[in-house]
Amino acid sequence: MIKKGKAWKFGNNISTDHIAPGRLFHLRSNLPELAKHVLEDADPDFAKNMSHGDFVVAGKNFGLGSSREHAPKIIKIAGVNAVLAKSFARIFFRNAINIGLPLIECNTDLINQGDDLEVNLEAGIVKNLTQNIDIKITPLPEVMIKILNEGGLAKHIEKHGDFQLV
Amino acid sequence: MGKTIAEKIISEHCEKDVSAGEFVVAKVDVTMVQDGTGPLTIEEMKKINLEQAINPEKTVLFIDHASPSPRKELSNSHKVLRDFAKKTGAVLSDVGEGVCHQRLVESHVSPGEIVIGADSHTCTSGALGAFATGMGSTDVGIAIALGKTWLKVPETIKINITGKFQAGVYAKDLILHIAGMIGADGATYKALEFTGETIEKMPMADRFTLSNMAVELGAKAGLIASDETTREYLLSRGREDRFREIFADQDAVYSEIIEIDASKIVPTLSCPHTVDNTITVDKIGNVKLDQVFIGTCTNGRIEDLRVAANILKDKKKHPDVRLIVVPASREVYSQALKEGIIKTLVDAGANVLAPGCGPCVGIHAGILGDDEVCLATQNRNFQGRMGNPKGYIYLGSPATAAYSALTGYISDPREIYALHTAQRIYPNEKYIH
Repeated sequence: MIKKGKAWKFGNNISTDHIAPGRLFHLRSNLPELAKHVLEDADPDFAKNMSHGDFVVAGKNFGLGSSREHAPKIIKIAGVNAVLAKSFARIFFRNAINIGLPLIECNTDLINQGDDLEVNLEAGIVKNLTQNIDIKITPLPEVMIKILNEGGLAKHIEKHGDFQLV
Repeated sequence: MGKTIAEKIISEHCEKDVSAGEFVVAKVDVTMVQDGTGPLTIEEMKKINLEQAINPEKTVLFIDHASPSPRKELSNSHKVLRDFAKKTGAVLSDVGEGVCHQRLVESHVSPGEIVIGADSHTCTSGALGAFATGMGSTDVGIAIALGKTWLKVPETIKINITGKFQAGVYAKDLILHIAGMIGADGATYKALEFTGETIEKMPMADRFTLSNMAVELGAKAGLIASDETTREYLLSRGREDRFREIFADQDAVYSEIIEIDASKIVPTLSCPHTVDNTITVDKIGNVKLDQVFIGTCTNGRIEDLRVAANILKDKKKHPDVRLIVVPASREVYSQALKEGIIKTLVDAGANVLAPGCGPCVGIHAGILGDDEVCLATQNRNFQGRMGNPKGYIYLGSPATAAYSALTGYISDPREIYALHTAQRIYPNEKYIH
C-alpha cells in the first residue's frame, strides 16, 4: 500500500512525555481528547496544523521513556500515517507495532519540514517527492511484520488463540 | 559457548537453548500494570474476550502514579483496577502501599524469574537476578492472560566496575556517569550486566538504583548476578526460600565490555532535558533551586532517606526551596518513622508525602511553575516530566539533593564529608568512610 502525506519534522530524543505528557494523565481514559494534544510539548501547534495522512519525521531515539501505549495510540488516532525516524526506543517500537502504527527506520536527514512523501512499505522505499530522492527503509524483523500485517498483537492473539510468531 | 544472564534465564523459560538474536515465545512468571497503563490493558483484554489472569497471585496491579487520586477521571481509572483484581484474584497494591518497582522487589520478584511490567522502570527487578523488562499495555495484557510473551533474546553489554566510591558519591552518580558516557540510546535493544568488585560489595538498595536506570540508556534489562547480598535481602523479606544463584558463564559472549573505576566517579547530575546530558557537580556553576525532591523507585528507599536525614539533621532547608520527600513504600515509611528519620526531615522543613511516585510523573504533588528549577532523585528529566514543559529538572543523588536543599543551590555533597559536618546518627548508612 502506498501512502502519501506531508512531513512534520522533529528532533532527536522525542520522549513519550513530549508525545503524551503526564500533566494530561487524566485524559488517558479519553484518547480522542488526548490525541488533540499529541506531541504538544515538542510542537504546540502540531495537532492543530497537521492533516490526516501526514507523517511524523524525527531524528534518533524517537519515543524514549515511559511504556505508555497511549503515545503511539494518539499518534495513530490523530491521523498520522506513519512515524519515520533514524531509530526508535525499544518499548515505543513494540507498542507502535502492537497497535498497528507503522514505524519506518530510515535516514531522515534527507527529509525537510513540509516535504511531500510517498511511502511504500512493501517495496521498502520512502520517496521524497519534493526533493526527488528515494530513501531506503531498514526492514522490520519478521515477527513484527506478522503482527503489523494482522492488525496488531491483540488481533493476532484473537485470531490464533496463542502466539503464532516464531 | 557460555551464556549471559539474559540468555540463561530466557533459555529456561522457553525450554530450549537460545542465544542473542533469536526470537522466542517465553513463559512469564510475574506480570504487573500500574494506574497509568493498567486501565488500557484491561480494555484491550476485554476487546478480545481475554479478561483473565492465568497466574493471579503473580499478577500485581499497582495504584501508585496518581496516588492518592487528584482528579475524578483518575479515581475512576483506579476503580477499573480494583474491579479487575476482584474479578480475577490478581493482587492489588492500593493507594499508599508504594511505587510498583519497590513493592515488586520487596514482595513479588525472585532471582531467575521473567517479569513483564507495563512500566518502563520494570528493569529495577534485574538487580535481583531476574529478567525484568518494561512493555506496553497490550503486551502485558496478553502476558497476564496467557502467561507468556514474545522476546528477542538481547545481546548484552557488560559494565565492569572496580574500586571504591569517594565519600559523598553513590550508585546514582555512577549510573548518571554511565548515561553520560554511552548516551540515552547507547544500549537500545540490549541488556546490561553490572559486574565487578564494586557491585559485589554494593548493598541491594544501590543495586536497585543501577538497574532502575538501565532503561534510561535504552536497555531492555539491567541485570546483576544474585549472590549472598541478594540472599540476605530475600531473608530480610521472609523470602529466603526463593533465593537462587543466577550468574553469567565465564565464557559468555558480550557485545561490548565497559570498564569503570568507581574511585574516579564524582557527584554527577543530569541537566535538562535528557538523562545523558550529564555534568559533574564541580562544573555546575550557580544553579538556584525552587524545589528539591527526594524519592521514587530510583532513590526513595530507607538507605536514601538515611543519607538525606544525616545531612539535614538539626538544620533547616533554604527558605526559597520547597523540599518534598516521598518514601518509596509504606514499609520504607514505617521504618523511617521508627528510626526518627521522618521527624528529622519534617523538622528540617520537608513535606513528606504518601508513598508512591509523588511528583516524578507530573500529575500532582509538586508540579513546577514556569521557569522553576528542581533537583530530583528520580530517573528522568524530560521536558514536561514534572507537569510543566517550562520547568527545568536536574537529576542527582539523595546526598546531592539533601545538601542542595540546605544551600539553595546545586551543591557538592563531598563538601560536608570533607568538613566532617555530616552527622552520622542513623545506622547502616553505606559508603560513608
